Amino acid sequence: MRKDQAAMENDAIQSAEAGAKTFAGSNSRKYNYFEPKGRKATLYENVTVDVQPDPERYLLQGWIISFPDGTPAYSDKWTRIKSSNWHEFRDPNGEWERTHYTRVSAIEKQIILTLQNAKAEEAFQYVDRSWIEMLQNHLSASKHAEYGLGMVFQSAQRDGMSQMINNAILVNASDKLRYAQDIALYIMNIAEEAGIDEAAGKDNWLKNDHWQGVRKVVETFTASTDWAEQVFAINLVYEPLVGELFRSGFLMQYAASHGDFVTPTIVSTAEGDFERNLEYSVEMFDCFFNDPKYGDQNKRTAQEWLSKYVPLCAEAARQLQPIWSQPRVKVTTFPAAYSRAQERFHSILKTLGLELLKGVAL
Amino acid sequence: MSISLSKIKSQRNMSISEAHQRVKDLAWTPDYAQEAIKYPTDYKFSKAPKDTMKQVLQSYFFMEEEKDNRVYGAMDAALRGNMFRNAEPRWIEWMKLFLAIIPFPEISASRSMALLSNVVPNDELKNGYTMQMIDEFRHSTIQMNLKKWYMENYIDPAGFDITQKAFGKCYATTIGRQFGEGFITGDTITAANIYLQIIAETAFTNTLFVAMPSEAAANGDYALPSIFLSVQSDESRHINNGYGTLMMVLNEPENHDLLERDIRYAFWQNHAIVDAAIGTIIEYGTKDRRKNRESYADLWEKWIYEDYYRSYLIPLEKYGLKIHHDDVQAAWDRITKKNYVHKVAQFFATGWPVNFWRIDPLNEYDYEWFEAKYPGWYNEFGVWWDHYRELSKPGSTPIPFADTGYVYPHRCWSCLVPCLIREDFIVDEVDGELYTYCSEQCRWTHKVAFADNYNGRPTPSMGRFSGRRQWEEVYHGMDLADIIQDLGFVRPDGKTLIPQPHLIFDDSAMWTLDHVRGYELRSPLVDLRAMNPDERKKHIEQYRAGFTIKPLN
Repeated sequence: MRKDQAAMENDAIQSAEAGAKTFAGSNSRKYNYFEPKGRKATLYENVTVDVQPDPERYLLQGWIISFPDGTPAYSDKWTRIKSSNWHEFRDPNGEWERTHYTRVSAIEKQIILTLQNAKAEEAFQYVDRSWIEMLQNHLSASKHAEYGLGMVFQSAQRDGMSQMINNAILVNASDKLRYAQDIALYIMNIAEEAGIDEAAGKDNWLKNDHWQGVRKVVETFTASTDWAEQVFAINLVYEPLVGELFRSGFLMQYAASHGDFVTPTIVSTAEGDFERNLEYSVEMFDCFFNDPKYGDQNKRTAQEWLSKYVPLCAEAARQLQPIWSQPRVKVTTFPAAYSRAQERFHSILKTLGLELLKGVAL
Repeated sequence: MSISLSKIKSQRNMSISEAHQRVKDLAWTPDYAQEAIKYPTDYKFSKAPKDTMKQVLQSYFFMEEEKDNRVYGAMDAALRGNMFRNAEPRWIEWMKLFLAIIPFPEISASRSMALLSNVVPNDELKNGYTMQMIDEFRHSTIQMNLKKWYMENYIDPAGFDITQKAFGKCYATTIGRQFGEGFITGDTITAANIYLQIIAETAFTNTLFVAMPSEAAANGDYALPSIFLSVQSDESRHINNGYGTLMMVLNEPENHDLLERDIRYAFWQNHAIVDAAIGTIIEYGTKDRRKNRESYADLWEKWIYEDYYRSYLIPLEKYGLKIHHDDVQAAWDRITKKNYVHKVAQFFATGWPVNFWRIDPLNEYDYEWFEAKYPGWYNEFGVWWDHYRELSKPGSTPIPFADTGYVYPHRCWSCLVPCLIREDFIVDEVDGELYTYCSEQCRWTHKVAFADNYNGRPTPSMGRFSGRRQWEEVYHGMDLADIIQDLGFVRPDGKTLIPQPHLIFDDSAMWTLDHVRGYELRSPLVDLRAMNPDERKKHIEQYRAGFTIKPLN
């Protein structure tokens, strides 16, 4: 080794710890390529922002492999929503991998504990038989709707124009598919405990008139190729008018009075999920509707979507009505539950500054 | 009466097989509206095989939470144990490059599950894709977090701090985009199944996530092994999804020629890209020069040749599939006989002024180890690394512009790694335009595999190469200092470069913009296209003949 080389090596520091030496850039200890939403970047922002690049943000050479028609890896043509800054949105839930696993694991632990306890108590022996049939026929039917929506989100998480958008949708997919599986496993347990017909749920889903409106709207979501339309229509229209109506307006109301303390535990997890998913959806569309260039255009697009989906969801809700009169103990009525759902829906519209177009009624 | 603990504990555990049965029954055949097919494929589907993994989300979340707890616990322990007091800067510097690249392929893999869910008519596999989707989301954020952790605790955070911006701009990370974009564009089965699951996951994650962690540990970095072995433990699920999907398309004889095309394309691209990046990081990012340490070639032989090629790929022949044995052999020869990894390392070091990490000069221990593991190494590379060391002092001519005898390489249009094995250099035309390739396999990839027909059959779903693929073209004719400023690879003082050709952490030894002004970058492809036929023929012959490194004065 040459003498000056050895001298250079001797200059090398002994410790690689932060602060062991001071030089240009030695204190630059924050990701400095994005603007945090608040004063300081959250951990969620640090691990999420700009992981999916964009020719508008740093992608010097553009996307370098395309679909056969020339569509690049991520295309703003995949939704009718327009944005002058796709990277503005931050998920208010700030969910990333670790918080997702921690939250969902806690949910599953609670479900398992509740179910273990119920089985040890032989609790299903004390549940009203008419209610057991509700679980067999209708809770079990609803798992297919939840699964279908989960698969829509699983597909939509591919296409958004930023990492923040796509990750929020991915978490939404995970929530929905987990809940669908939770119901499936719950029904399996009830079948063991109370001898119900496990196949009845799917039969009802496929054939019972009460569920055909729901099935129609869920299948309609799958026919869309617009990821923003899917998020909008599911979380801001279907969920308050149909999903939450059935979960909170029926299952949560009726279970306890029939001696069932397990179902509300499971269903409440989906209600918690919905609150979170509603929150990100409102925030996301708030960004789109307040876009300085495309805000008004985006509102018009959303109003067209309302015209398409509100009648479908209202019809699906109304077709569920007879279910409210089937349990033995009548705790509440469909009109009362639907009225609450409508209020919820209107409050979402008001938050977003949207109105139903003439002729579109609930 | 209260319930006894024994009564709760005596309850039988849920049978995973029974649970899985219920989960796959969640799907149904629609009547009111058909799902839109968003992503194209030319493959046909027939009988659906089973998903042998049989996992449900309930148990999945517990398992992943536990893995996360261990990973984050290990990172805390590393700090409490003062890991960075002993970690080798040579190694951590290369993590600036590696961790700038890898979160994008990970999240792309997550996105690509949408492609498979959309077109594969198998509800069991869709359940597997769901878990893979969440796994890959995990991998991208856990890796971003590791990078942040290095940035906060390692002596030189510059480079980590601009990481995702650097990913979008650097001439080296463009290779990573070729890797990751391949998962999400074009024919669904080509992209998400063969390229991602069958080759990248099943074969090359072994070198990425098994070989690399052991090298990290040898360099005092025990955070990376905790994270990447945890990542690798998810890969078995993805390998299983890939195999299930492959078995489904294998059932249809019409798919066989497409499978052969895709396995050939995907294997060669993975080799060219992963071996370039990981081979270089393992061999040139390490300070561990124990004679009994396995070389990248040793690891490749174990993980790719024996475990993957011989135990996985060759058995597919019993289904009537033609495996390109010659390509595996060619990749092996490139690593062992044609010094592929060493040539890539030499190129990365040549390009140091436009990097966003530091590259340490080699020393006598390194030379000795390379010569022992790769006989003949010194004759080909030793003097050039002497030049590199000599020219590492600020004020020297930047090595790509110095008169060392090294010829700045053409870039391969397919894999985007430069055409470093000079004798294999190929020039060809596609749609009337001239392109350069590192190998016959890469020429075939662009001209034949990525075309709208294959073996006389239309392949309308196959992807296309697009964008400004060659980095050098973007900056053709520009001054090196202006390029570096445009890239943003400058430290917060506005003048000191983020990259440095050494590990000296002292302002007096660090290069600034003034040191790199006055050198014009040229795109070899632009210049080649501008030549007349005779000039071009001569240039190609000279390029293929290679170069001789001049002795150090």
